[in-house]
This record gives sequence, C-alpha cells and structure tokens, in this order.
Amino acid sequence: MPQLIKVGMADLNIALYPDVLTTIGLGSCVGIALYDKINKIGGLAHIMLPSSKDIKNNSNKAKFADTAIVSLLTMMLENKADKKNIVCKLAGGAQMFALKNGSGNNDILNIGVRNVAAVKKVLEELKIPIIAEDTGGNFGRTIELYTEDGGLMVKTIGHGTKII
Amino acid sequence: MVDIDGLNSFEIDVLREIGNIGAGNAATALAKMLSKKVNMHVPEVRIMDFKNVPDVLGGAEQPVMGVYLNFEGDVEGSVLLVMDEASAHILIDMMMGRPIDTNRPLNDIDLSAVQELGNILTSSYLGALSTLAKLDVRPSIPCLAIDMAGAILSVPAVEFGMTSDKVLFIETEFIEGSDNVRVYFFLVPDVDSYDTILKALGVIQ
Repeated sequence: MPQLIKVGMADLNIALYPDVLTTIGLGSCVGIALYDKINKIGGLAHIMLPSSKDIKNNSNKAKFADTAIVSLLTMMLENKADKKNIVCKLAGGAQMFALKNGSGNNDILNIGVRNVAAVKKVLEELKIPIIAEDTGGNFGRTIELYTEDGGLMVKTIGHGTKII
Repeated sequence: MVDIDGLNSFEIDVLREIGNIGAGNAATALAKMLSKKVNMHVPEVRIMDFKNVPDVLGGAEQPVMGVYLNFEGDVEGSVLLVMDEASAHILIDMMMGRPIDTNRPLNDIDLSAVQELGNILTSSYLGALSTLAKLDVRPSIPCLAIDMAGAILSVPAVEFGMTSDKVLFIETEFIEGSDNVRVYFFLVPDVDSYDTILKALGVIQ
C-alpha cells in the first residue's frame, strides 16, 4: 500500500515510489512538486514567503521560495534522483481576501502572486522546467503528488478537482 | 522590536486582557443585534506553531468562514475572525430568527449577514484596543471568504511568519441559550505596532 506523506505549512519532504506526497489547504502559499520520472522520486515543498533575504528570522528553510527549493532538490539528489530528469508542477498562490479600499496591507494580501513569481525565478535559475501549474485565483487548494507517474491532483472547495 | 516568541507572561496577560474586553464588547454587540442575552467564556490567548493551528478548527481541509479587515492609524495591522461552518450557521439562523439548521445551504443574504456580523465583532474588538490603549485605530471594510481552514489561516500565518514561526490568537466562546458559538480572533499588529500597543498601555518603556 502506498503511504500518504503529509507536508505541513513551511515544510518539505520527498517520497519514493509508490508513496504519495500531500499538502492540505494551500492559500497564498505555493506547493512546489518536483518529480524525477525515471527514478520515480517525488519532492514537495509548501512555502509561505518569497525570500529568506528579507526576513530576520529565516532559520526554517522550508518557509521561503529561495531556500526551500534548493533544500528539496538537494534532498532528492541525495536519494538518487537525477537532476536532468527533474520537472516541476506548481499549485497555490491564491489571494484569499481582496479588500475593496485597497489600502494598507496590500503587499501581504497579494503575497500569493509574489510567491509564485519568486518560485518561478528560482526554478529558472536552477534550470528546472515547469510543466504544469494551477496558481492564482481566490480559493484554497489541497494537492497530492503521485510518485507513480508524477500526476499532481488539485482539490478545491467549489472549484472542482483535477489532475495536472 | 517585539516578536511573539519573546513575549513574557505579563505581556501575554495584557494581550489576554485586551482580548477579554474586546470579546466582551463583541458579546454585547452580538446581544444587541440578536436582542438576546449572550454569555461568553473567558477568552483564551493561545500561542501556537502555525502549522498546528488548522487542527484547532478540525483540520486544514475543513471549510471555515473568515472575515478579514485591516486597520490604520496609530497602529497598523489586520484582524481575522474565523469560525467553523456550524458556528456560522448558528449565528446566521439566530440573526434571521429561524430555527437552527446547520445543513441549510447559505444564500447571498445569509453571507451578507455573516459579513456584517464579522464587521461588528471585529470592530467592537478593535474598539477595545483603541479605548484601552487610547490609540487611533481605523478599520477597513471587511471581506469574507469561505474556504479550507488551512488556506484562510495562511493569511495571518504569513503575516506572523515575517517575524516568527508562531501565531497568537484568541479563542472566544459565545453562549446563547443552549447554543455555543466558538470564534477565533487573530489580531496581527505589524511589527512596530506591537511596541506601540505595549508602550501605550505602559507595559514597556
């Protein structure tokens, strides 16, 4: 039986075939699913903020786009994944609340968009291709990464379920 | 700079007291609106790793209702009020004067009512902060979202996440007759505003 491995908020983990990685209730956070299709190794990170460089308390590498993706990739390579096989799928980065007056904390409310942009920049630097994404909008997402084929299931409340 | 990890028990007591008075104001506002006597339990101030917070609401995938607003003035920040679906249903049915039915699908009028209710609860809450600390606090128009607990709670988690791996929130229970409604307030002052609040209250120099 495949194990379901949970990845929390500001957390990351990897899984070998046939296990499944999941993270629940992504809002403005972004779920980054890396997959080596030849060795059937998956990795999943649930990041909250774009950059560790802007924040003083940055010891949790899994919290930030820049540090989390590098840590996740390192962990996969240590477990016999091959960098040249690795592709990426993204989900999350929503804006849960939109204030009408648009004042004050807009930088915080649109953090989802900034998270997605930061993730893409890091992936580009690492030369990891993004082959699918389901990002943005104003709703939460739960995702599951299947190490069998690299499929990423995206579940929502009221916006359907799909595999990307 | 004050961060949550660094708050001492006295400072937490002060925040608890603000929570207490804020929740008291909210209960009074609720009682007026419902024209009924509303009791409440002493609110509980909780500081928790943000990854564990959704469990309080029954898990990260549970649908919950969130009302969010931000505030400006002497202090800046945001407030999120969260309740589980059953609590939201009970409150809406009470407001509408109907028998309580937590399975009834919510219509637009219900949603608008609960948004207004969130507005009143969060404003009376902020009113306590403003009165106690004698600070000018001006709230924005609130907005409503119904979604997975994890997704809604990611909003205060991100705000707290700038300085800490923990969130501070206040759990309040309102009781009307035999119905209990549990409401969670996340008050997120921006980094400098914590200092301003604690200074205005004379807690720190």
